[in-house]
Amino acid sequence: MQISMVNRKRNSWISNSVKEKLIHGFFFINGIISVFVLIGIFALLVFTSFPAFSEINMKEFLFGLEWNPTSYVKEVYGIVPMLVSTLMVTLGALIMAIPLGVGTAAYLSDVARPSTREIAKPIIEILAGIPSVVIGFLGIVLVGPIIAKIFGTHNGLNALNGSILLAVMALPTIISISEDALNNVPNSYNQASLALGATKWQTVIKVKIPAALSGIIAACMLGMGRAIGETMTVLMATGCAPAMPESILGPVRTLTSSIAIELGEVAYNTTHYYALFALGLVLFIITFLVNMTSDIILHKYEKVNR
Amino acid sequence: MKNRKAEEFIGFIILRICIGFVLLALLIILFDIVKKGLGVISWEFLTAMPRNGMTEGGIFPAIVGTFFVTVITAILSIPLGMGCAIYLNEYARKGKITRLIRMSIRNLSGVPSIVYGLFGVVLFVQLMRLDTSILSAGLTLGLMTLPWTITASEEALKNVPQSYRDGALAVGATKWQAIRTNVLPYAIPGMLTGTILGLSRAAGETAPILFTGAAFYIPFLPKSLSDQFMALPYHLYIMATQHHAIEKVRPIAYGTALVLIVLIFCMNFFAILARYKLRKVKVE
Amino acid sequence: MKKYIRNLALLVGVISCLTSNVFAQEMLQIKGSDTLINLVQRLAEEYMEKNPEKYIAVTGGGSGTGIAALINKKCDIANASRLMKTEEIEQATNNGIKVNRVVVAIDGLSVITNGNNSITQLTVDEIGKIFRGEITNWSEVGGANMSITLYGRQSNSGTFVFFRDDILKGDYSQKMNRMNGNAQIVEAIKQDRSGIGYVGVGYVKEATGLNVLKVATSPDGIYTSPLNSADVKSGKYPIARPLNQYINGTPTGAVKDFLTFELSFEGQEKVEEQGFFAIGKEYEDLNKQSGL
Repeated sequence: MQISMVNRKRNSWISNSVKEKLIHGFFFINGIISVFVLIGIFALLVFTSFPAFSEINMKEFLFGLEWNPTSYVKEVYGIVPMLVSTLMVTLGALIMAIPLGVGTAAYLSDVARPSTREIAKPIIEILAGIPSVVIGFLGIVLVGPIIAKIFGTHNGLNALNGSILLAVMALPTIISISEDALNNVPNSYNQASLALGATKWQTVIKVKIPAALSGIIAACMLGMGRAIGETMTVLMATGCAPAMPESILGPVRTLTSSIAIELGEVAYNTTHYYALFALGLVLFIITFLVNMTSDIILHKYEKVNR
Repeated sequence: MKNRKAEEFIGFIILRICIGFVLLALLIILFDIVKKGLGVISWEFLTAMPRNGMTEGGIFPAIVGTFFVTVITAILSIPLGMGCAIYLNEYARKGKITRLIRMSIRNLSGVPSIVYGLFGVVLFVQLMRLDTSILSAGLTLGLMTLPWTITASEEALKNVPQSYRDGALAVGATKWQAIRTNVLPYAIPGMLTGTILGLSRAAGETAPILFTGAAFYIPFLPKSLSDQFMALPYHLYIMATQHHAIEKVRPIAYGTALVLIVLIFCMNFFAILARYKLRKVKVE
Repeated sequence: MKKYIRNLALLVGVISCLTSNVFAQEMLQIKGSDTLINLVQRLAEEYMEKNPEKYIAVTGGGSGTGIAALINKKCDIANASRLMKTEEIEQATNNGIKVNRVVVAIDGLSVITNGNNSITQLTVDEIGKIFRGEITNWSEVGGANMSITLYGRQSNSGTFVFFRDDILKGDYSQKMNRMNGNAQIVEAIKQDRSGIGYVGVGYVKEATGLNVLKVATSPDGIYTSPLNSADVKSGKYPIARPLNQYINGTPTGAVKDFLTFELSFEGQEKVEEQGFFAIGKEYEDLNKQSGL
């Protein structure tokens, strides 16, 4: 909204309109900074991982089935086991978190009394605020021994443990965004459905959720992004064996864990060092794609609901 | 008829179970940490240095380190975040650049924390020659907190009624004058709320500080921004995984987890208190 | 807003003043091997008690981490339970570091199994095959019919590298659980009947619930235990190794002082107390050559 400005004060050395333009420019630069940071991160990752590929074959990197940069025999830099590990824990987490999350969101938006809602929201915010390292710690001391007991494995540090913890971490995101999406369904849908004689439950399931579907999908994708990018939780609770994962009850090593484990032991500016940045680049690209997809879905949703 | 009622009944029970699970998860987490951590907490634990290979003593340096690095994070992310939010809400027009900025912010909030760590190692530790230090770690965390600060500040700005701006402009104020006198004073409490929430998340992060400054054990407190530091989340991590007497220090790990959670809760509480007070002030 | 900033600055200032009396004159940074960390921390504590104005910070992370820190000029002494590789020495030299090695203790690397496991001795060859993943069931070496669960370290561990280069002479099985430290391996084996792992002898000296395996070089050779100091020092125990500290150039000042303490009678007594073994003449001569 642009209203032309009246220059009232003429006694400063710099005219108001120039001052305004400068301030506008200042804030504009402030605004652009986030774009620069994003581009900067991407550029730095590309720039620092580039030297790795003078020694590592790109095909071997992307499709190689073994990651062993400190091998006795020959250094290999294949990322497939880590991609599979990441995929495994993420899918496991989503299988648990999506039904629970969407169900909770549906409960909060349509079933709960306002007083319940007031209590539940801060509680979910609290859950979101628990640091990943604390959750990883509980994975080691609490969830691990339980898994070991139930499934009879030797220790509880495996993909299942990681999935459970990641589900707990992704839940707040999925819940709050899904709830927003459900709340944004126009009340007319609700009323029309009830007027036609549907029960509240049928309305929720057959009308509201489908109407909010793109918002819910976006929520799930953001939850997925959260799970993929989580570092400390999986580092502490999943056993970190670099082999190709064989079952959810076995150890896995995600992309994030590998970087965290190996960055400390590597001397700056060696092939191994650059390779870790290549891993970071892969991670960045994956989360970028997930975010873009959820953005596109949300956009389509906004258009549809106008 | 009866079928649908029964279906609804069962359906709602399922939904109740869903939220029950979520609440149960939180309860288990809090209960376990409090139960096993409370016994370790004492004045000594909070104010003494670790002793005897860190199997005894306290976690004071970790608390101090977390505090210092959070201050640096705040110094970087608050002005930049607020500035960006002001631009987005007050100045920006609907267009490609604005969409680009918003897209960048959303993507930045989705970047994994370890990637921020990598970025910090190259940019701050190496290229800017800041070495592993409070400054490097704080700047890295600051960048990571930026998207949250921006989003929260924007919310606060949106909550200021448009009439406030219009009123100021109508009596002849310039745009910046209008913002400065009629928008910011009412938005700042809300902006701070969101910022403090973002800082509380930063205080609990480990991955970005792993390689930019956090240290296993330093026998004294950091005295300058270029020193390494101990930090609560990193301390919990090493007590739980890398210490050489893990079973023995498990209680200390629980204590550290409890202190960390309490710290984050306190910050959240202050933020929410500010928001509540704000609602009271805005009696319209 | 201004008031908020002012209050914050005041708070920071107050805390800085309060903490200024805890700042050190000179700090020695020691990083690296998890095998050595217990030992070196004890030595450092003893040393700091005798010299209250000196501060020593000892941190772990594995031999690889310590060596990387030395190369990156981030520490004064790198604890290493293995030797530096040629590439690492090259990187160090390229970075302006003159690599110098001191030996502070001898370790009898111990192979451990759960206390309930019937196996109490193995040959070097069998151990190699087990950790390479070629032998996968305890029955193959005379034990119960149970699949073997491997516990080892991460690749930043000197123990990992030493064990691999000296015993396996090949890569570890990809299924080996990679624990973060000696203590974690001990803990894991105590709880896992099918487990086998390798740790520094200092970690098993007083541990219960474990079998410390006797090792022989060949099936008809003599089986020796790492708990027997004579066998380790004489070299009869096949998996003995020196525990090293790497420094930059000839030791001077604070570094030299601390190293001298470690190698003194008192220091070596502490070494034995921690479960490792004092160095013999051969390494004394090496240390003299390095400037001590």
